[in-house]
Amino acid sequence: MAPQTRNPPIISVKELNTFYGSRQILNNIKLDVQRKEIMVIMGHSGSGKTTLFKHILGLQRPQSGSIKVLDNEITTMTRDELFNLRKKIGVAFQNGALFSSMSTIENVELPLKEHTRLDRNTIKIMARLKLELMNLGEHEDLMPAELSGGMLKRAGLARAVVMDPQLLFFDEPSAGLDPVTSAELDELILQLRDAMNMTIIVVTHELESAFKIADRITILDKGVQIMTGTKEEICQSQDTRVINMLQRRVNSDIVNADAYMEQLTRD
Amino acid sequence: MLNHRISRLGLSGLFLFETSKKILTPPYSYPAIIKQLAFVGAHSMSVIVFAGLFVGMVLALQFYDTLVRFGSVSLLGSAVGLSLIRELGPVLTALMVIGRAGSAMCAEIGIMRTDNQIDALECMAIDSYRYLFAPRILSGVIVVPLLTAIFIMVGIFGGYFVGVILFGVSPGSYFKGMADTVLIRDLFMGLSKSIIFGLLIVWIACDKGYHLHLDKRGIYGSEGVSKMTTEAVVISSIAILYSDYLISALIL
Repeated sequence: MAPQTRNPPIISVKELNTFYGSRQILNNIKLDVQRKEIMVIMGHSGSGKTTLFKHILGLQRPQSGSIKVLDNEITTMTRDELFNLRKKIGVAFQNGALFSSMSTIENVELPLKEHTRLDRNTIKIMARLKLELMNLGEHEDLMPAELSGGMLKRAGLARAVVMDPQLLFFDEPSAGLDPVTSAELDELILQLRDAMNMTIIVVTHELESAFKIADRITILDKGVQIMTGTKEEICQSQDTRVINMLQRRVNSDIVNADAYMEQLTRD
Repeated sequence: MLNHRISRLGLSGLFLFETSKKILTPPYSYPAIIKQLAFVGAHSMSVIVFAGLFVGMVLALQFYDTLVRFGSVSLLGSAVGLSLIRELGPVLTALMVIGRAGSAMCAEIGIMRTDNQIDALECMAIDSYRYLFAPRILSGVIVVPLLTAIFIMVGIFGGYFVGVILFGVSPGSYFKGMADTVLIRDLFMGLSKSIIFGLLIVWIACDKGYHLHLDKRGIYGSEGVSKMTTEAVVISSIAILYSDYLISALIL
């Protein structure tokens, strides 16, 4: 389903710059995400995609620029204001980030226990519904240490959507998974968007998965936004870095012999 | 480097400030508080009882050997009592709690940090100060004085065993001497030390774990956690001994 571009964007990032010490991690990023859109942020390791992700969630503050999420400027929000906003946002982390001292279902129940006044049985039923959706119904009493990598990701996803958020963030859904499990997760992400009307941001470096789920794709390289566009626009791009990425080729910068020699012989 | 240290110190101060705010304002997470009380307190009981017993015994042994040269073994009770209540009880209990609970707490929080669990909490709009740290600091402040009291009591009976039963000091003089010389001021000194030690232990352990990503200076994953845990133990032990001197100097 194509996103409606005339509505105001649900996420709007403008001129975002961020540094670790003197090293620039993100360079002038501009990004709009529309309601009910699946936006995939792609890039190699170290391209700054996780940093961008953390900035949009307000976990890190940028040196300059503006980030609006659900019409709130999060770069200037206080901690309490951020907490109120985050009740409408679900985040699934790469390794699930489940609490190891709690069983799977207790992990999923946690946001409901903290933020709602529902009784125990209702909370349990709501958590079970989400676990069933992720095919984890039989494993609700297992501890995180007893779950496989794919199960951890799905349990993390169940916890992220248990409050029915408007906006879902998913960090590396397919990293470290076999192709079949990874395809199942892609399918789940599409279902979530269609069944629950969520806007979904996915950070990944898996090409296949990105092309399967994305409405639009943003490609980052070394903190620079190379392009943002639909799958077709990405495929038709003439930018060598995009073409290299699509064809899984290494970016071959032209090597200056003197500079290379200096690099090898430096102190 | 100096800049980094000063700003890091400021962060620790803010950490304590934020956590204290959550301790003073409801809602409270009672299950988490009970869990921490059990972890820091109840599960440390056997260690504290054994440590207290042996420390009391060796104190009585050493004091007896010294006092007998001056013919004043009747002072044994007050010597054992005063040294346990004013110094050894609070300090040794704190050091035992650092080894048993402080290190474990730092490693647990550190792994939660490297595993993104703390970020996950924040993203679920659950305040980590309220959810993780307020129960821990509260339990440290409640439990360390209680453990200290148990340590002192067991130590006094350990001293009784060696002094009275093994060396034949009269039981009356052991307890009467203690009752005559131990003042409320001494109890107050022991109590205030143990409360401050409880706070310091948990504060340093949680702070080191929570700010692991800032402190580890490029050391990755498990090595970062082990390094921070070692640092937390070393820093809190030194902080205990130094603040012990400061509090004694202030009260005496």
